[in-house]
Amino acid sequence: MSSHYESSYREPLILGDKSYHDITEDIARPIEGKANKNWYIAFYIALAAMLWGFGCIFYTVGTGIGVWGLNKNIGWAWDITNFVWWVGIGHAGTLISAVLLLFRQKWRMAINRSAEAMTIFAVFQAGLFPIIHMGRPWNAYWVLPIPNQFGPLWVNFNSPLLWDVFAISTYLSVSLVFWWTGLLPDFATIRDRAVKPFQKKIYALLSFGWSGRAKDWQRFEEVSLVLAGLATPLVLSVHTIVSFDFATSVNPGWHSTIFPPYFVAGAIFSGFAMVQTLLGVMRKVTNMEAYITRLHVEYMNIVIILTGGIVAVAYATEFFIAWYTGSPYENYTYLSFGAEAGAYGWAFWSLMIFNIIIPQILWIKKLRRSFIVSFLVSIAINIGMWFERFDIIAIVLSKGQLPSTWSRFEPTFVDVGIFIGTIGFFFVLFLLYARTFPVIPTAEIKTILKSSGENFKKLREENNEH
Amino acid sequence: MSTNKVIHALYNDDDILMDAVKTVKDAHHHIEEVFTPFPVHGLDKALGLAPTRLAITAFFYGITGTAVATWLTWYTMIADWPQDIGGKPSFSWIENMPAFVPILFELTVFFAAHLMVITFYMRSRIWPFKEAENPDPRTTDDHFLMEIPVHNNEDELKDLLATTGAVEVKVVDKH
Repeated sequence: MSSHYESSYREPLILGDKSYHDITEDIARPIEGKANKNWYIAFYIALAAMLWGFGCIFYTVGTGIGVWGLNKNIGWAWDITNFVWWVGIGHAGTLISAVLLLFRQKWRMAINRSAEAMTIFAVFQAGLFPIIHMGRPWNAYWVLPIPNQFGPLWVNFNSPLLWDVFAISTYLSVSLVFWWTGLLPDFATIRDRAVKPFQKKIYALLSFGWSGRAKDWQRFEEVSLVLAGLATPLVLSVHTIVSFDFATSVNPGWHSTIFPPYFVAGAIFSGFAMVQTLLGVMRKVTNMEAYITRLHVEYMNIVIILTGGIVAVAYATEFFIAWYTGSPYENYTYLSFGAEAGAYGWAFWSLMIFNIIIPQILWIKKLRRSFIVSFLVSIAINIGMWFERFDIIAIVLSKGQLPSTWSRFEPTFVDVGIFIGTIGFFFVLFLLYARTFPVIPTAEIKTILKSSGENFKKLREENNEH
Repeated sequence: MSTNKVIHALYNDDDILMDAVKTVKDAHHHIEEVFTPFPVHGLDKALGLAPTRLAITAFFYGITGTAVATWLTWYTMIADWPQDIGGKPSFSWIENMPAFVPILFELTVFFAAHLMVITFYMRSRIWPFKEAENPDPRTTDDHFLMEIPVHNNEDELKDLLATTGAVEVKVVDKH
């Protein structure tokens, strides 16, 4: 057992008296058991929201995007806000599985499966918005580089919007493959346990016939490592390119060189907040308390404090620069005295309170180790990060360089409906996932049982092994 | 005695398995295969498996992606239909290259990641509708299975394996 040594000063990552078989049992239970009433209630609410959103999408496509609250000055607002918000949420998953893998952070194993699922489902939602904003989504394939016979011209590779197409589709497909490769051994576990023939067939198909040979595992680990190495710059590039949508324009408030790092930090900030929100509920519902512990919550909160701090410094910089230029236009960007005192002052203060002030309570150790406090703070950050994107877009566009271009964005019920619909769609996917997929990487977590399991740590302590 | 016979020795602990692999290797027996529920650190070295070359393939797939992106941006933006966009004409690829960096990067990652994973699936023979080949369903839960071919040394092997802490030793005919 000495080969599995880990300092006794480190808190255990797996609580209770667990064996390898217990881990299999614990993770398979939500899949093999029946869903309870709460699951069905949550599922039907999410389904209703999703259908309402689909209705609004059909209405938009059938009538035209005039049904949204856009006007001649504010040509994109709610939809692009939601797009950036969802893409940002989609950043934690691959960050947890890739960056934390490279840094050998073992605690990621409890949360990476769900965080990656969240990533993929969030990127689905994000992808919807640009496509429906095209107004004619059946022409969406025009963003692909295909020869002229299919459209009037080649796509423009100088445009950040096209970079986005490549970045998001690469991110989605690579995340999906990373997630699925990690799932293969765990699907195999479920397959080999299944008693119902139909279930066995389905999981046999999903597991791609994984057998767990020594050579397979050697390749599996190498592939995971290389994918992590590829996905790490990929995560950073995706939100960098999303920020280029704004930063390469010539609008005051958007044309800002700190946008890429600041957007990436904001994305990780919001992504971890969403992971906290989801896992705060999921650990209870699927009885994963032994695997998703206070320690995990604390570690995630530390990442939130760090990235939230970067975001706060970025806000301060933008605010300072807006004032320091002495330019009257800059005084109406989203972080300025003009914005604070203007018609969107409430949105400005929502951003400050939810994103900057509330998360500061996580500096207190007792609070960042509390499940309920973490959950509430994560909800606040989710709201705050939505306002960040809304402020960047709506406030900046509402004050053009001529007073005749000053206007206001008011969302219609369709704008709101589509947003609610994507939240519903996201939760439909996540709830289905929580009932059918192994929510914790079963094979991987077994590798840390002997080093980080509570019982094994105690045993070492008693035997005085070092 | 036919050579299709193999011995399956089951273990219920990774450390015991590692010691057993070393013992069997020291006794100069060939271990055909080991099935484990999770990656056991150092097992590939103990078995004498050659290191995998998948990372090297990823490098070459990545270069391919960069080349494809270079060709794509050059052909569409410079050669086939050059345009003057925003007062920035498309005369030469190298001068316009900074605008193509995101595409070059994304396609490099796209090619490296996907082609490497496809190579992994093909090499390890895993794909949809593939039948699983682990001989015992417990090997995806908490058991470790060592497969050793029998060449008229069944009893000798059985005695050896009994000393290594195997929880189950059985001789089976391999199809």
